[in-house]
Amino acid sequence: MQGTVGKQSGWVTSVHVKQSTEVGNGFVPTLTHLQRLEAESIHIMREVVAECERPVMLYSIGKDSAVMLHLAIKAFYPAPPPFPLLHIDTTWKFRDMYAMRDRMAKEARMRLLVHTNQEGLARGVNPFSHGSQVHTTVMKTEALRQALDLHRFDAAFGGARRDEESSRAKERIFSFRTAEHRWDPKNQRPELWNLYNARHRPGESLRVFPISNWTESDVWQYIHQENIPIVPLYLAAKRPVVERDGMLIMVDDDRMPLHPGEVPQLRSVRFRTLGCYPLTAAIESEASTISEVIRETLQTRTSERSGRLIDHDTAASMEKKKQEGYF
Amino acid sequence: MAANSGTADEDVAARFAEEERKSLLRFITCGSVDDGKSTLIGRLLYESKTIFEDHWRTLTRDSARVGTRQGQIDFALLVDGLAAEREQGITIDVAYRFFSTHRRKFIVADTPGHEQYTRNMVTGASGADLAVVLIDARKGVLVQTRRHSFLVSLLGIRHVVLAVNKMDLVDFDEQRFNAIVDDYRAFATRIGLGDVTAIPLVAVDGDNIVERSTRMPWYQGPTLIQCLEQIDVESDVAHRPLRMPVQWVNRPNAEFRGFAGSIASGIARVGDAVRVLPSGRTTRIHRIVTADGDLQEASAGRAVTLTLEDEVDVSRGDVIAATDAAPESATQFQATIIWMHEEPLLPARSYLLKIGSVTANATMMPIRHRINVNTLEKLAAETLELNDIGVCELQVDRPVVFEPYADSRTLGGFILIDRMTFNTVGAGLLSFALRRAQNLHWQALDVTKPLRAALKGQKPAVLWLTGLSGAGKSTIANLVEKRLAAEGRHTYLLDGDNVRHGLNKDLGFTEQDRVENIRRVSEVARLMVDAGLIVLVSFISPFRAERGAARSLFGEGEFLEVFVDTSLAEAERRDVKGLYGKARRGELKNFTGIDSPYEVPEKPELRIDTQQVSAEQAADLIVEQMRRRGLLSAP
Repeated sequence: MQGTVGKQSGWVTSVHVKQSTEVGNGFVPTLTHLQRLEAESIHIMREVVAECERPVMLYSIGKDSAVMLHLAIKAFYPAPPPFPLLHIDTTWKFRDMYAMRDRMAKEARMRLLVHTNQEGLARGVNPFSHGSQVHTTVMKTEALRQALDLHRFDAAFGGARRDEESSRAKERIFSFRTAEHRWDPKNQRPELWNLYNARHRPGESLRVFPISNWTESDVWQYIHQENIPIVPLYLAAKRPVVERDGMLIMVDDDRMPLHPGEVPQLRSVRFRTLGCYPLTAAIESEASTISEVIRETLQTRTSERSGRLIDHDTAASMEKKKQEGYF
Repeated sequence: MAANSGTADEDVAARFAEEERKSLLRFITCGSVDDGKSTLIGRLLYESKTIFEDHWRTLTRDSARVGTRQGQIDFALLVDGLAAEREQGITIDVAYRFFSTHRRKFIVADTPGHEQYTRNMVTGASGADLAVVLIDARKGVLVQTRRHSFLVSLLGIRHVVLAVNKMDLVDFDEQRFNAIVDDYRAFATRIGLGDVTAIPLVAVDGDNIVERSTRMPWYQGPTLIQCLEQIDVESDVAHRPLRMPVQWVNRPNAEFRGFAGSIASGIARVGDAVRVLPSGRTTRIHRIVTADGDLQEASAGRAVTLTLEDEVDVSRGDVIAATDAAPESATQFQATIIWMHEEPLLPARSYLLKIGSVTANATMMPIRHRINVNTLEKLAAETLELNDIGVCELQVDRPVVFEPYADSRTLGGFILIDRMTFNTVGAGLLSFALRRAQNLHWQALDVTKPLRAALKGQKPAVLWLTGLSGAGKSTIANLVEKRLAAEGRHTYLLDGDNVRHGLNKDLGFTEQDRVENIRRVSEVARLMVDAGLIVLVSFISPFRAERGAARSLFGEGEFLEVFVDTSLAEAERRDVKGLYGKARRGELKNFTGIDSPYEVPEKPELRIDTQQVSAEQAADLIVEQMRRRGLLSAP
């Protein structure tokens, strides 16, 4: 399946006004849950643009990034979002993701910066020979730090959500980073109401998470309601996969070394999250429309990050990676 | 969605329609350490089937490895997500978790119980509609229970669920439960928490969380989930007058100039008359622009972009408000401050104050008092330490549009930011403006202070005599005034006791009143100096902050601080008015030197040691000092 899956035919959920209470001569509409979430995210983005000198949006091409980008377009309309998109390219993303990335940046009228850790590339760091931990540290965490330093960005939007993982559940929306990009989880700035402290000294920076309070279900519902284009890999299709350590890994190109006797099989699979293809496990599914995916997602009993090999490396691995500068 | 009943589209539509009908409740769990907050949340997530299988596997593994429940499932590990928390078995920072039932969606903030991490509890509480206050049935109401309840009340949370946990450890004793509830209600009433629902729980086993406990048949009230589902927390912000702080000016091209912001209260409608504050210019809403097309109206909570009919100057920090009910702007406020940093609040220091979309420079004026969260007593304080709560006056360097916190969290809540480190060091709740900058303007006068002084042929000045009660301030001031009068100087003596008989007769001796006492005298002295007089002020004025504030009202060289220095022992020995005796017998509270501090001046213009010099000699020294400073020569 080549195109994207944004425009779904069929039914529409346009239940914007949930209930009304009479006041004076008019009606006061009560905001829906998604309207509240949307407004909160827009407020956060505008605050960053108003207070920071060089903001950037980390764009990882996944569904959360898609929602974040959509919100950015709404926040600054009719102007285009006044910051560039930054993609940290490990060179191991799915091919469908690269196509989506270029298309979305163009449609949003935003500058797209792509950064790869050239030093890591020169050393030949890859997920197969170096393992997920080294690959992630060098090609994602270090690359991100390089890019932020190179462009002197002082605020970076990320699409992390608090319901994803237990150390993220603890993080502030405006999350302070030292000049060394370190996060100190034991000493976070208090964050009251919707008043965000964006102040920082030269070299210090903020990671800002506008969709902190969204759940996976909210994200899907919003994608559905707003017809947000997402990478087709989220929908089931026959794809060549091999089974390793109980995980289904897609053979997206010929760089993937096959183990002796391993033969890629065409199976109907989809992905719940998207990262580097060798590190992202597919699930078997027949859900080939957004609605079918959502229906499966809402019934599932495992977390979306269970398909991310990097989260399983060590106990508290996300917190550790975050402290080092990972998103 | 229990089973697939129709096509995927139909099922998903039905499911989302159901989601849209659910209201949202944001709540916190708080209370003392080890009362079982994290366990309770873990249990709620478990009971609402929000825990994924892989998370459950991790939980099972971690419970065996680092759990505090002897290998049984340790629900706290679901929420204590930081390595340091799991190692120590405590909660350090607030965790946000999400779950829903058929009726409602919930965002719960699990807040830490340790006093050390109060700022993180406040972070969680600031966004909540309801607080679940946990109590360990064995321990009852603790200091930390009161502290958290006080903060809950202060931050404007009106609904409290008192969860009396660990009932199994008191043999499910109804009397014990009732005693704790009575104790708590007595305190809650004093701090204005009227709506308290008390529930006996065993969080670890799930008693009275979703299912009614069979072990406590005497309890007939709702279970915790029932209570959380039913409490009505509908906000009335949409019914209040329009306020929208401008966050960002959107100017993509020469034709478009929009004002982006989140509507804090009320409804914006196309064509409505609005006032831009603090400038006060009026215009009308021209368009409500969104990426999904223009709106005719937008209510509180929405993030919108407004265009206005007229070319008015609007920038970030301004507030667009209903013309018929516009808020005030001011530069001086009284506020309640929650101090959240290890370095104490210093009244002399300037901080960045962020409120709505405005950041201003703020200077703390005297701290009126600090509040003992346990007894609710008002105590004198010169600084606020970490986790202290106090009432302060503060001054900002530009007019700030505001509403009292009780009316608006957006225009009444602020944070204080350290100017050097940019840490968030405090949070504040505005009570009222001290001076209404909006309506009061300085009247320009033709007869000026130099002219009035010239008429008298003297330089106006203030002699501020400070010292312990009984140090001899009034005696010395009286002698000085006699000498100055003999030289033909036009003087006036403001004496503490005398002023309290007239201007300040409505003031008592609480800390708050003492601050006001000094403030009024400072202002009167300023008017008299403006009139060209030499003013002698003879007041104990024990706090540096107040004396500093008084000094700041006068010009360079006009203010002479005279420290009338007597040891406490000597003053007590003299005890001319018998006050020390009363204070020692406990008949007089907050008496300076006994149970209220006297802060010795750091750099007085003159120090008089009354154990070395007589009153006459002291008067000579003061007059000589004035002469040396050129205050007694012609202007």
